[in-house]
Amino acid sequence: MTIGLIHYLSVAAILFTIGVLGIFVNRKNIIVILMSIELILLAVNINLVAFSAYLHDVVGQIFAMFVLTVAAAEAAVGLAILVTFFRNRGDIAVDDASVMKG
Amino acid sequence: MDLQAIAFYLLAAITVASGLLVITARNPVHSVLFLILAFFTAAGLFVMLGAEFLAMLLVVVYVGAVAVLFLFVVMMLDVDFSQLREGFSRYLPIGMVVGGVLAIEMILVATTVANRGAASLNAAPANPDAALPNAEAIGRVLYTDYVYFFQAAGLVLLVAMIGAIVLTLRHRPGVRRQNIADQVARTLESGMEIVQIKSGEGLSE
Repeated sequence: MTIGLIHYLSVAAILFTIGVLGIFVNRKNIIVILMSIELILLAVNINLVAFSAYLHDVVGQIFAMFVLTVAAAEAAVGLAILVTFFRNRGDIAVDDASVMKG
Repeated sequence: MDLQAIAFYLLAAITVASGLLVITARNPVHSVLFLILAFFTAAGLFVMLGAEFLAMLLVVVYVGAVAVLFLFVVMMLDVDFSQLREGFSRYLPIGMVVGGVLAIEMILVATTVANRGAASLNAAPANPDAALPNAEAIGRVLYTDYVYFFQAAGLVLLVAMIGAIVLTLRHRPGVRRQNIADQVARTLESGMEIVQIKSGEGLSE
């Protein structure tokens, strides 16, 4: 049995679902939510690279690189906000993060 | 089953299993370590697809920087993580339903695309040991057609860096800090003051 495009797409789909499920079940833990977002972006990257390989077109890998860049920036800013929030509240419960509500 | 299939199923199983452990582990430090494992095995999948450069980038950027940043923050924050797991079992059924529907839909679409889409014309991925290595192929496109996007990506990283510094930098009141500009601008006149004190009265602060 040879490994085709469908196998890679299935792995990416399952990983994406795991990421979405992680956001559902860990509603209070913002660190795990950020990690779930990283998993989702990894699934997107697997899709992009798989299509890039099977279409014999390198542009998909370029786009995956940009996704990687934005994911790294998002993680850095998200964790910085988390650290500032922890300093102000002494806690990282997501339910308390409604102080900016008008 | 040939060697490629064995390697694929091994890597895919480890990726999915570690992804599941990321969201179910009780200790967030374990979650971060499983996230590192997921990224590492995903890099293995990228190598199988012939995207060696992106695989190395994933290992260097994610395992080396982002995951370690997560580990750093998780260990730095002194939080009781057990109370953050409240509602895990409450949201699990609805999450499983939505996730299952999502996964089935995406796999059905992927099957259709893989069998009938444009990618189905090529039975095998691009030959990795062709005349042009993967890194060179990426460079030839990235630095010509996509050079402005490349610069914009650098700008995104710069803004993220400045944002992270601005958010986390704080000046504590009451801490004496060296002010080099003040020290350099000091003159004889500003640094010394001659006070005439009347005899018998002393000096008050």
